[in-house]
Amino acid sequence: MVLGVATRNGRHVSEDASGHSPLAIRGLTVSYGEKPVVFSMDATFESGAMTAIIGPNGAGKSTLLKAALGILAPLSGKVTCFGKPLSRQLEKIAYVPQRAGIDWDFPAPVRDVVMMGLYRNLGLMGRIGAIHHEKVMSCLARVGMDGFADRQIGRLSGGQQQRVFIARALAQCADLFLLDEPFAGVDVATEKAIVKILKELRSNGKTVVAVHHDLSTVPEYFDNVLLMNTTRIAEGAAGETFTQSNLLKAYGGALARVQISAAV
Amino acid sequence: MNGAEFISLSLPPILIGSFAAIACALPGNFLLLRRQALISDAISHVVLPGIVVAFIATGTISTWPIMAGAAIAAFISIALIDAIRRMGGIESGAAMGVVFSAMFAFGVLLLEMTNTSSIHLDVEHALYGNLESLVWFEGQSWASLLSFKALAGLPPELPRMAIILLIIALLTRLFWRPLKISTFDDGFARTLGLPTGIIGLSLMGVATISAVGAFDAVGSIIVISMFICPPSAARMMTNRLEMQIAWSVAFAIISAVLGYVLAGYGPLWLGLDNAVSAAGMIATVSGLILAMTAIAGPCRKRAGVPALSSG
Amino acid sequence: MLIEALTLQLGYNATLVAAGAALLGMACGATGTFLYLGNRALISDAISHSSLPGLALAFIAMAWLGMDGRSLPVLLVGSALSAFAGLHVINWLSAKTRLAEDAAIGAVLSVFFGLGIVLLTVIQSMEAGRQAGLEDFLLGSTAGMLWNDAITIAVGGALVLLFLTVFARPMAMVAFDPEFAAVSGIDTRQTVMITMGLALGVTVVGIKVAGLILIVALVTIPAVAARFWTSRVRYMVVVAGAIGAACGYLGAAISATVPDLPTGPIIVMVAFAAFLITMLVAPGRGVLAVILRHRRFQNRVHVRQGLLALAQGQPIYERLTIRLLRRRGLVRADGVATEKGRAKAAIALLDERRWQILRSDPAHEVAASSYNGLTPLESVLTLDQIAEIDKALRLEAVK
Repeated sequence: MVLGVATRNGRHVSEDASGHSPLAIRGLTVSYGEKPVVFSMDATFESGAMTAIIGPNGAGKSTLLKAALGILAPLSGKVTCFGKPLSRQLEKIAYVPQRAGIDWDFPAPVRDVVMMGLYRNLGLMGRIGAIHHEKVMSCLARVGMDGFADRQIGRLSGGQQQRVFIARALAQCADLFLLDEPFAGVDVATEKAIVKILKELRSNGKTVVAVHHDLSTVPEYFDNVLLMNTTRIAEGAAGETFTQSNLLKAYGGALARVQISAAV
Repeated sequence: MNGAEFISLSLPPILIGSFAAIACALPGNFLLLRRQALISDAISHVVLPGIVVAFIATGTISTWPIMAGAAIAAFISIALIDAIRRMGGIESGAAMGVVFSAMFAFGVLLLEMTNTSSIHLDVEHALYGNLESLVWFEGQSWASLLSFKALAGLPPELPRMAIILLIIALLTRLFWRPLKISTFDDGFARTLGLPTGIIGLSLMGVATISAVGAFDAVGSIIVISMFICPPSAARMMTNRLEMQIAWSVAFAIISAVLGYVLAGYGPLWLGLDNAVSAAGMIATVSGLILAMTAIAGPCRKRAGVPALSSG
Repeated sequence: MLIEALTLQLGYNATLVAAGAALLGMACGATGTFLYLGNRALISDAISHSSLPGLALAFIAMAWLGMDGRSLPVLLVGSALSAFAGLHVINWLSAKTRLAEDAAIGAVLSVFFGLGIVLLTVIQSMEAGRQAGLEDFLLGSTAGMLWNDAITIAVGGALVLLFLTVFARPMAMVAFDPEFAAVSGIDTRQTVMITMGLALGVTVVGIKVAGLILIVALVTIPAVAARFWTSRVRYMVVVAGAIGAACGYLGAAISATVPDLPTGPIIVMVAFAAFLITMLVAPGRGVLAVILRHRRFQNRVHVRQGLLALAQGQPIYERLTIRLLRRRGLVRADGVATEKGRAKAAIALLDERRWQILRSDPAHEVAASSYNGLTPLESVLTLDQIAEIDKALRLEAVK
């Protein structure tokens, strides 16, 4: 329902096919108190692609993700996943929350956290068998953390903690991966490793959506871009959407500062 | 002390105290990790008005109406705290302080106005319980443990507390995974389809059942120490939730047994004639255990930064 | 009877109690504001509960020395010392171990209270303990105050109020934003200690009247109630103090009219009633006001979204949106926009387009930050500035 500025190109999913988009958001408004942080947001994410949600600080990127997933209650709007209401498609979704919102002093080793990703297979009382342990270890191996399985999560570096969360998402065997600031506060090696894994997921036909804040790496990492600031500013292939004029629309005066700090 | 005296005078209170302590420590572990440890403070305070209202409504001090009254009062307080927190935008500690102190005052007022103090229902009982009076006259020797006739004379608090403990242990086992996941990462739990709001409220409901079951034996204020101290001490010992639960159960048992023994026999060793409050001593011992683990526990230091309060 | 009590005509003792309770309520309410703002409301519960062992020890010590164990000043010194120890344990646990402050508060209050009860049972078995009357300290005294007690409370309350006025500014800053306060050159540690010290002061002084279980009510309820009336710290302290004083006075007066009605619980119930009324009807933050405002706000969001959808010929998904638009005569029953609806939709779309220009112009960064999808542009810019934006809009249309 927002203005016709979104780049609609051949590559991008069009309105008629949105019934089958892995994630389609229509008219989503979320407010804290009396101030909408996300207003009448529309977004359609392309299947089998990597999309970055970008925008200035306070643009409502994380809020959009949380409201789409039902973690926050939206004021209005509809969210569908592969054409059905998202609440009935949760088994297709893996969510990686922001690291800062977690109590890392929680008494659990790395292994337990990844095992949480298998909850849908295990259910309330399902026995944890060798097959589950193998799955956990293979997911940890993919992120290079298999040597840390028994370490308490608080005794990891930020990058290692993020890798553990990625491993938990991998264990979920989802089709749609939603990540909230996966590169915030992680080392370069971790960032490269996570990007590599996300790209592998994409080549296996999975859809990846990540809230991202480092503009300098957008074209390198992502196929598509959703540019937002409370409302949708632009949406589409990175090559056509990630332009100076669109960025200016989203960031306004803040753009100069963001780009200068990125250049330094 | 001979065996018969132990079985009739000490065994029942020790068992009841231990069961009550474990029943409180189990949900206490999760409340502690969720930063809701003080809800036990609120629940145990509002037990008093619940008892008084139940007494006025039914005219008796029989067990079930009183426990029902206490439980209803606890649920009302949880709902009120939640309503004030959400609708008024008040921080939860302050909301608790407002609700439980007001309800406690209401209970005291009602107690004074109806003059129920003439009956054996006094504030002191609700505050510090009557663990010492739970004796088993039929328990003459170890053989009594096998005699149905003797067992029928057990203080009713014992089977009651045992059943409550059993239910709570089963619930903890059954909902272990949802509890653990939603306590660690609420947002992630929701994307698994777990009803995190209901899980949180159920946890408080279970805590209420423990508190109401335990207040009769150990008194409402001491209940708080069983909710908080054994889990807190266990937290200093391990970095695994499963082990933390095990430690907390062990600490709860040690507090109950040692506390009871020290209260009963400690003063005699010191040359005093009278025993001191067992419930108070149990709380004191649990505090000493916490102090020792806080000074020397292998995992007493924080690992990682605590979560930001705003997400 | 109540009128007489309120106008201090029930005699010397009732007057004394009412005046003492009012002073205590004022000191508690004002101090409680700083605790509440620092998210430490329940610290007063820990202070009061952990005063019990000191109280009992003071009594035992006096009895041993052959004195009358009921000397209030000595008992209060004992209470203060053990409450001080309790505070230190809380600080130590939350600073040096992984225990969070709330758990530390709960652990200390229950353990100290348990120890206190152990000591109380010791006192009960002592010869001098029979008529100790220490139960009064648990639930507050049911009888009237003695002259000496009243003097102790008056002096203590006045001292707390004096300290409050001297340290109000740094305490408010530290409670509100400790980091900013530290940058402004305030010794935050020391200020927190002063706040705690005052809390300790009012708690210990108030124990005799309210009882140690209920003193938390006098510290918490007026402060929370005041929060509904104002967001400015200075006013909040005054409002909380006034509510506390009024409740103390009113509660004491009511309890004077009925024999054997305990003063402490009555004061708490009066305060709770004041809180409930406040929470419901306070303008701005009161529950009724908030619900009304939220409904209006939600409607605004839906109407605006609906208008933008109409203007761009997009389908409207939400039933609530359609219903609101119909009620305002903006769409017909079949969902097609009316004359008025089309006009309003065009205005909404123009506003949105203007905003877009504004937000991509670095020169308007400050104005752009007030965008939230609802604020009309006219409320942010002057007519001349809007004309400028319209120029840019036409330029873009040509492109």
